[in-house]
Amino acid sequence: MTGVVQIRPVSERGISNGIWFGILLFALLALSPTLAQWTGETYLLTLIMKAMILATAALSLDLLIGRGGMVSFGHAAFLGLGAYVTGIALTEGISDVITILAMVIATSGLFALITGAISIRTSGVHFIMITLAFGQMLFFTFSSLSKYGGDDGISLWDLPELFGTRVFQSGHGLYYSILIILILTWVFLGRLADSRFGRVLRAAKENELRVATMGYRVYHYRLIAYVIAGMIAGVAGFLFACQAEFVSPATATWPRSGDLIIMVVIGGMGTRNGAVLGALFLVLTEEILSSYTRDWRLIFGPMLVLIVLFTKGGLTGFLDLALGRK
Amino acid sequence: MKKVVTALSALLFSTAAYAQEIKVGLMVTLSGPPAVLGRQVEDGFKLGLETLGGKLGGVDATLIVADTELKPDVALTRVKGLLERDKVDFVVGTVFSNVLAAIFKPVVQSETFLISPNAGPSTIAGENCNPFFFSTSYQNNQNFEVLGHYAQEQGFENVFMMVPNYQAGRDAAAGFKSNYTGNVVEELYTPLGHKDFSAEIAQMATSGADALFTFMPGGMGVNFVKQYHAAGLADKMTFLSAFTVDEATLPAQKEAALGFFGATTWAPNLDLPQSKAFVAAFEAKYGYIPGGFAMQAYDAVLLIDSAVRAVGGDMSDKAAVQAALEAADFESLRGKFSYNNNHFPIQDFYLLKVAQREDGKFQTEIAEKVFEDYSDSFAAECKM
Amino acid sequence: MSMTLLLIQILNGLQYGILLFLIAAGLTLIFGVMGFINLAHGVQYMIGAYLIFMYHQLTGSFFISLALAAATAMVLGLILEYLIFRHLYDRDHLDQVLATFGVILFMNEAVKVIWGPATLIVPPPDILAGSFQLTEGLLYPTYRIALIGVGIAVAIGLYLLVTKTRIGMLVRAGATHPEIVSALGINIRGLFTIVFGFGAMLAGFSGAMAAPIFSVEPGMGDNLLIVTFVVIIIGGVGSIRGAFVAAIMVGLIDTLGRSFATNLLKLVVDPSAANQIGPALASMLIYVLMAAILFFRPEGLFPATKSA
Repeated sequence: MTGVVQIRPVSERGISNGIWFGILLFALLALSPTLAQWTGETYLLTLIMKAMILATAALSLDLLIGRGGMVSFGHAAFLGLGAYVTGIALTEGISDVITILAMVIATSGLFALITGAISIRTSGVHFIMITLAFGQMLFFTFSSLSKYGGDDGISLWDLPELFGTRVFQSGHGLYYSILIILILTWVFLGRLADSRFGRVLRAAKENELRVATMGYRVYHYRLIAYVIAGMIAGVAGFLFACQAEFVSPATATWPRSGDLIIMVVIGGMGTRNGAVLGALFLVLTEEILSSYTRDWRLIFGPMLVLIVLFTKGGLTGFLDLALGRK
Repeated sequence: MKKVVTALSALLFSTAAYAQEIKVGLMVTLSGPPAVLGRQVEDGFKLGLETLGGKLGGVDATLIVADTELKPDVALTRVKGLLERDKVDFVVGTVFSNVLAAIFKPVVQSETFLISPNAGPSTIAGENCNPFFFSTSYQNNQNFEVLGHYAQEQGFENVFMMVPNYQAGRDAAAGFKSNYTGNVVEELYTPLGHKDFSAEIAQMATSGADALFTFMPGGMGVNFVKQYHAAGLADKMTFLSAFTVDEATLPAQKEAALGFFGATTWAPNLDLPQSKAFVAAFEAKYGYIPGGFAMQAYDAVLLIDSAVRAVGGDMSDKAAVQAALEAADFESLRGKFSYNNNHFPIQDFYLLKVAQREDGKFQTEIAEKVFEDYSDSFAAECKM
Repeated sequence: MSMTLLLIQILNGLQYGILLFLIAAGLTLIFGVMGFINLAHGVQYMIGAYLIFMYHQLTGSFFISLALAAATAMVLGLILEYLIFRHLYDRDHLDQVLATFGVILFMNEAVKVIWGPATLIVPPPDILAGSFQLTEGLLYPTYRIALIGVGIAVAIGLYLLVTKTRIGMLVRAGATHPEIVSALGINIRGLFTIVFGFGAMLAGFSGAMAAPIFSVEPGMGDNLLIVTFVVIIIGGVGSIRGAFVAAIMVGLIDTLGRSFATNLLKLVVDPSAANQIGPALASMLIYVLMAAILFFRPEGLFPATKSA
């Protein structure tokens, strides 16, 4: 035997993992404000911003679920944490974006480190439950912060300033800031997935024992992934606060974590583009359905069930199959 | 093409700023158990519109109803739809304070008028008061202040307090204590949505208190009242409450709530001709007794109607509309109604008692007037 | 804090725990035997409550309605199993979570459309509608005592069923080694269906039993579902004995915690801070307990592999 066996990177073609599809999607998103202006449907931008923020959080969750095989049912807690750190900072008079982002990343990272260190000792349904538990604990903590609105939340009258500019405040500035952060996240996580780190993670998902025998400390790899995911979700929480101009504990409830999981799985987990598509799908479907009927969940529930039963690899996988690209 | 058509029609119809129609966006919770309250607001508002022939101030009115799902972020998305896509002239909402807090900023910043048919958090009454916000209900703490005052007057020596652990609950406790200086034996905060009060009831029974003050909205109230009654405490501790025994919960609580006290600005048996007409029309149309939520929504219709009429249908001069709203030149179902500087009403408050009507249904009835022309305690903090 | 209060709270905690056990029993069986995460167990509990309401409107008799509700709940559960769930046994936990989440969304909306969003009342049966004079000022509803009794009876019945009968043995075997059971010629699919139907019936039964206490409203099962999962994780998945012990523990800790946490806190911090932190801390207690169990003994207190 000579040479080293090369592990080929995940196919970069098709809808699920296609770099070109991703670029196309982002180009569409970049053009949306102009399109919206032209057709007069500016309201759609609010929706798309919400979808992009959730897509960022969903991408980070996919690092855990899709690549790492760790199903976290408490990921919305990081969204809430990022939002609350932002909200509290703004209420206390700190308005510089860089400072706030630093605080957000530090807090989310720390929370991820502590809770991850405990949670990653477990696996399977136990991991699901313990991440849920930590999420609940954070939710109860937020609800009891009566100085910061408690259950009612706080309206953010001051918004962050980037070097004295109002980039994060106005419609278009905010829109493109969110888009840029989404693209950066997408690029970073895509690279991470193809790196050695990502491959070890993926391999450990398939067969932990074998990876361990090769000398890798799986626990450490997983913990690092958990912290990265937490920090990214925290940043998404920061964007959430900027866009909604409002922060409340409702962001960190377990049904919200459920929404994120839905986005990841429906989009197609473990793929480059799945989470983004899943987020867009969920937000837009909910909006369209609810404009037809108040009881839209009567349709959405079964839709979810059907997608799970009949598509393997979620929407992107389905599209790839339909287009003959798998 | 669409742009051309829009431009043409704007040209053709822009001769006067006279509104073709008045659009109102109604934002209430229509999902889950609290939907009962949102439904009341919706029914009350629709009855009001119908009584006015579908017009506000003589102008055709369009009503768009949006469900907040009791989720602040969902409400935010929906209200932005109302503002940006539907371009409503008025947003009427909400029932719950946390949802109001979420939609407050976008609505007032877009210079759209926000009329609240129920929620009245202290921040909006005080330091965050805004010219575009008007309440047709009350400030949240007021009802509790009434009860505190009553408890003080009646000479209850030991009061047991139980409220849910969220902002409105904390406001309730604070409001009560601001007027009651006796001994508070215990101050319990239960989780929101709590269902089984056996533990709390046990504490009440062993506390030696002679009165109970509580605020348990919606389903919580239904469960608590039933369990309180079953535990035999109804005769031992006077039940003082707000929003716990009202027309939304009485159909389920029935006899268990008889004789319990509540406090607010109106009851279905208020002896005013406009109020009696309203109750009769409401029951005829919807088949249930209206509560304060429906009444406040109806008054919101009358308020908007009076304002639009005063500006002759011209919504472009916001200052004029604001002045017209401030004038509150309409016949409220409550009788006396005028606005304070913070756009919260100055009105009478009553102690209510639960009773059974001849036809077997249960309602709250006026027991006594506690405050006349009562304004809220946060008006001074408002700089308007 | 008087002794009377403490005793009463222990009684309340026991009753809450028993109710949790009734719900958890079905869930732990399903999860233990089929490895199936059934988030829809919460709505099955809710359906039981709505069913007894509906039958009570029709028949006026509590006990007949209870029996009908349990039977209908089982049938509904079997329908769901046939249409959706049985296709998910071989799938990823994630797919199961998602599909059952979809069922929750649908069911919560459906009951609202059918019965309206208002809270509905189911009165307890006349012979159980009275109260015991517990202490001088406090009456304890007979119905709650009856619930405790029923719960203990069900616990004993289930335990005997699982340990002493042939089908119970098959259930236990199927939980640990389904392939071998299948290889022995047992229809494993049929076994799964029976277990699921039984679990659905238990869920519906507990919902029906809980209706007179909790009232009936959409979404009533959602938060209980989470607590139920906490119970079965602490007790050990697939174990009836574990579910019973864990349910009692959780019931007691939650009840006593809520009653005394704030007061205990007042010993160390000032009252207004205690009033804020206390309830939050009390809500967290059971999750802290679960996290601790997962840390020290992840398989739970009474893992199914060792005993029932």
